[in-house]
Amino acid sequence: MSDSPVTPVLRTVGLTKQFGGLIAVRDVDFEVPEGSISSLIGPNGAGKTTLFNVIAGLFDPTSGYIEFMGRRVVARPERSWLEPVLWMTGPAVLGASAYGAAVAGLSALVVEFLLFAALIVLIGVLILASVRPTWYVDGLVRLGVFKSARPNDMVAAGIGRTFQNIRLFANMTATENVLVGMHDQLRQNPLDAVLQTRRQKREESEARREAARWLRYVSLRGHDDDLARNLPYGDQRRLEIARALASKPKLLLLDEPTAGMNPSETEAMMQLFARIKSELGLTILLIEHDMRVVMGISDRVTVLDHGEKIAEGAPAEVRADTRVIEAYLGKGAI
Amino acid sequence: MRRLWRSVLFLGRDSRLRAWLKPWTDSLNTFSKGHQSLSVVLGMAVVTTVLPFIILFPPFAGFATQGDWVQGFASAGIFVLLALGLNVVVGLAGLLDLGYAAFFAIGAYSYAYGASPFAGTHFPFWPLLLVGAMVAALFGILLGAPTLRLRGDYLAIVTLGFGEIVPVVFRNADTYTNGTNGISGMYRPALPVTGTFLGLNPVPYYITVAVLVALAMVFLYRIQDSRLGRAWMAVREDELAAASMGINTVTTKLLAFAIGASTAGLAGVFYASKVTIISPDSFGFTVSFTILAMVVLGGMGNVWGVAAGAFVVYEIQSELLKQMNGFVEHLNLPPINLGVTTIDLAKVDFLQYQFLLYGLALVGMMLLRPEGLFPNRRRRAELHDVDDAEAANQELVEA
Repeated sequence: MSDSPVTPVLRTVGLTKQFGGLIAVRDVDFEVPEGSISSLIGPNGAGKTTLFNVIAGLFDPTSGYIEFMGRRVVARPERSWLEPVLWMTGPAVLGASAYGAAVAGLSALVVEFLLFAALIVLIGVLILASVRPTWYVDGLVRLGVFKSARPNDMVAAGIGRTFQNIRLFANMTATENVLVGMHDQLRQNPLDAVLQTRRQKREESEARREAARWLRYVSLRGHDDDLARNLPYGDQRRLEIARALASKPKLLLLDEPTAGMNPSETEAMMQLFARIKSELGLTILLIEHDMRVVMGISDRVTVLDHGEKIAEGAPAEVRADTRVIEAYLGKGAI
Repeated sequence: MRRLWRSVLFLGRDSRLRAWLKPWTDSLNTFSKGHQSLSVVLGMAVVTTVLPFIILFPPFAGFATQGDWVQGFASAGIFVLLALGLNVVVGLAGLLDLGYAAFFAIGAYSYAYGASPFAGTHFPFWPLLLVGAMVAALFGILLGAPTLRLRGDYLAIVTLGFGEIVPVVFRNADTYTNGTNGISGMYRPALPVTGTFLGLNPVPYYITVAVLVALAMVFLYRIQDSRLGRAWMAVREDELAAASMGINTVTTKLLAFAIGASTAGLAGVFYASKVTIISPDSFGFTVSFTILAMVVLGGMGNVWGVAAGAFVVYEIQSELLKQMNGFVEHLNLPPINLGVTTIDLAKVDFLQYQFLLYGLALVGMMLLRPEGLFPNRRRRAELHDVDDAEAANQELVEA
């Protein structure tokens, strides 16, 4: 394990993800120190993107857990059987009393009312379980029921991400894409929108100004009203980063941010990452294949192969590691 | 020839026409951007006042009397409301709902329980509008919740099932709904000054529905440009990316179902109060399908477009086709003798061909103008990339 003096923003403990018979990520312990740029590298199919998706809340880990800012955020669901049992208690009690009322010979109206109430309560609980408001989740945690996080929970916790194959909202403008990224920052509700309250108007105009700032930050000035699909490839990558930054994350996950770029574009991207780190104080974790990027800007490199962590450390150390060379070039290369 | 076709079909895109209209459209656009709600209300007011007089002129005057036309407009307003609501679910959130008429039925039956001799109640119409909308919204959430994990085709099939279940329940729960006969004798709305609306005078209904449509449009425009509207679009574009940007896709989709359904509930209450008799047969799949066709033909995702599309489709299907028989008889066309059979246009019942014409219109539309009659900028860009590039080239050549 690392003995870095800085506290880790992100720590995975014994993280394993299995798809049927395939173990994509096997027992990975790794950490991302605060304020660093860390890279995750490895040959194709090594499990890098799977690890990313587990961290971002897209997949539940098969075992192990993730700690973010010292708090456990993703885990295998624990004691989740308790939740449906809890759902059933209300309707079951009401249903049983309906039966009791029928046996006791109370009027049909009372029995029907109790049955109806049982149905309404059941439906209400089902809605609650799918909407999962914070107080509901907190209550469950207090009862020892641990549910895995969903992607939006991870964004709320402070993790922003981009995708390996760009996933912008293609038919929305650049500004709108960034505004969607700010979703969690905005406090307006639909009623505010319908009534156009002062709060709503102020928030909207501030949000639009901030979206314009983010677009300028990634050098997309003047493209505010362009549809995302009409932007050139490199700009789409930048827009994805702006969208992720707009959610004010503490940790930014970048999945192959320079894939398909020419050397000068890659150079500009690296400068952007350095600026994000120094000016915004973000921690960055990136998956990258371009070794110039990895060796050029990373403080720390983690190497995965066949789902397992095979090396970790400063770029120079990793480059000299025999297991890494072996993983990339084969046994004969050593 | 091709150019002619294009100038007819893409009237708004003809560059010379556009250049000529530019000063007017520009100032109109800036105004409507700055004062969106005001321009919607003004637009609706203008349309509402002008419509009853347009139809006094030929060729419309030959079809029906002014009273019949206005009666038709009031009914068309119901479908405009329905199309606006479905546009939220299908056009904005991208959830294909084939059972939308269920919420229309729920709104109508809410009014039946609130103000009919059958239920023995007589609550005033206006609060029942809200109640109907809320009941429908509740059912929107109930029916939406089980479908949250479904997408595309699967979602369409499940909603189709719901759309069938609701009328079947109303048909078979005889004790509560009077079965196939439906509920009749609903009380008509009343206002303090004008008193109870009369069945013979369509004007109060016409004005009421115009106000409801204007309100719905203002609300929908405002929601569309808010956090929720953007979340809907994001979910439509890419659900996974939307979730990864912090959007709770569950609540977002449920809100789309609820708001779409509440508009249908509003339309249902108004419908029940207007026709005063409802039966489960008025809310079948054909209604759901008609509304969907209106949304698609009008231009998915565009509030004005959808409203106009619904209005045009309704007028064609229920007014023009109805009057077509009389109109063709007037023309005194000689029967065409084909030896085997004789085609006598005067004896054709055009109303029977309603769905054939629908089908043809839809096919033609998808081939020539897939974005709908009045698309929004976004969808036009999505479906007409090549054309725009061509047009740009054309302009370069001309310049």
